[in-house]
Amino acid sequence: MSNRAPQPWLKPGVFVGALVPLIVIAGRGLRGELGANPISQALNQLGLVALIFLVAALVCTPLKTLVGWTWPIRLRRMLGVFAFAYAALHFLTYVVLDQTFDWRAIIADVTKRRFIYVGFSALMLLIPLAVTSTNAAVKRLGFVRWKRLHRLAYVVPILGVIHFTWRVKKDVREPVTYAVVLAVLLLIRAATFLRARRSGSSSQRSGEG
Amino acid sequence: MDPLGKPPPSSEITPEPLYLRRRELLRDALLFTATSAGVGGSLLWLTQGRRASERQIQSTAANTTTASPTLTIAERGLYRVDEPLTPEGAVTSYNNFYELGTDKSDPAANAQTLRPRPWTVSIEGEVSQPLVVDVDQLLQWFPLEERVYRMRCVEAWSMVIPWVGFPLGALIKRVEPTSRAKHVAFTTLLDPEQMPEQRGDVLDWPYVEGLRLDEAMHPLAILAVGLYGKALPNQNGAPLRLVVPWKYGFKGIKSIVKIRLTEEPPTTTWNLAAPREYGFYANVNPAVDHPRWSQATERRIGELRRRPTLPFNGYAEQVAGLYSGMDLQRYF
Repeated sequence: MSNRAPQPWLKPGVFVGALVPLIVIAGRGLRGELGANPISQALNQLGLVALIFLVAALVCTPLKTLVGWTWPIRLRRMLGVFAFAYAALHFLTYVVLDQTFDWRAIIADVTKRRFIYVGFSALMLLIPLAVTSTNAAVKRLGFVRWKRLHRLAYVVPILGVIHFTWRVKKDVREPVTYAVVLAVLLLIRAATFLRARRSGSSSQRSGEG
Repeated sequence: MDPLGKPPPSSEITPEPLYLRRRELLRDALLFTATSAGVGGSLLWLTQGRRASERQIQSTAANTTTASPTLTIAERGLYRVDEPLTPEGAVTSYNNFYELGTDKSDPAANAQTLRPRPWTVSIEGEVSQPLVVDVDQLLQWFPLEERVYRMRCVEAWSMVIPWVGFPLGALIKRVEPTSRAKHVAFTTLLDPEQMPEQRGDVLDWPYVEGLRLDEAMHPLAILAVGLYGKALPNQNGAPLRLVVPWKYGFKGIKSIVKIRLTEEPPTTTWNLAAPREYGFYANVNPAVDHPRWSQATERRIGELRRRPTLPFNGYAEQVAGLYSGMDLQRYF
């Protein structure tokens, strides 16, 4: 009885909560409650959920280093995989519902429009991370190489925020909010990294990315 | 007889380990529910919570339109597009009217802050008969017509809207332009009390739009005071707005208080905000992309598949002559 995992409700709870936006968007879409332009609405909301998960995955480590909480680290992989899942759904909505497989228009978009190019790059970079998200993949790659690869988790949300900022017509307040949160999260890491190096114990650098 | 009755079969007896953990299990179940509700609720709040819900808007939109008085229309059937109308609920709930908020659903949700009566419009500048006139007086002067026009937004969506209004040219003729008048500048009301977003600086307020005088005199250009046979809902630019169907929607300036005839072309709001993206002319042109997205196709609101965008939004036959000899790639 005492060997049960701590907080057995945590991961299932987050998992179910993470599915809520998908269920709500699909449900409202099917009932015609997504407004006058439902495809554009679904597209925007799925993309925003993906960005939220990308940022949320970067909150875990600072919570450990600054607050001392270790439980968020156990959620990080799931948050990352959800970011990929929502980003993929966002892209599929664009390909299937928005462009109805008009590949010429899609290729023109991806190559000519910088905001789509940046968003597409972010999704492409998420694929290797999602594929190597299993314990087996960590073993196969070796922890050092796996960790190096997963530093892309810093790059992808930056691309995501740029994609969002370039996409809006004029009112950049919302994307800028995410940019600020992201900048703070990355600065915390930079500060931890520099402090660890200055104290000369680079070998003791925190294993968390 | 056993006073406690028949004991339950042993198969129904809760196993001891489970019985001992009952509080723990209950607690875990509660924490699971709380976690999923917290995570799900936060995600919904971040993605749609701060935007007014569509249902709320639709009811607001319905209220404003039912409250609007019906307009007397002298003429129907002039300049009708033979395409299905966009439902009134969509026309009045999906709006770009940044003065009332930058999300498409904001203008309908904030519509009540705008007071479209009493309302005066000043017509001034290079005219011999400048005047300041009440909007209701305009309705007396000019017989109202219904015009069913395509409306193509620069964001690549479109609608078909039954406007009620009168030709802009009729009003301009009345004030007698001088020989120096070459352009027409329109200005939206500047009043942060009525237009809350004017407290911010998303755009350079007040909103200004402009036309060349010959564009303004074209019979397709109208000043609209209504849609669907009723007075304009506030979110659609009450009480008076410009409709120029061959140009992108942002040229259709809303809630106009000033019309000024000028020699020089006016500095217009979106052109000032992003000159590479929004030209002065802003004629609908599938061959000239917005730098960030294609203008070749559009989504008609209510339809699933995109449709090709037509040059001059399908009004080339009537208006292309205004631009003969002009490089439309340059003067976009």
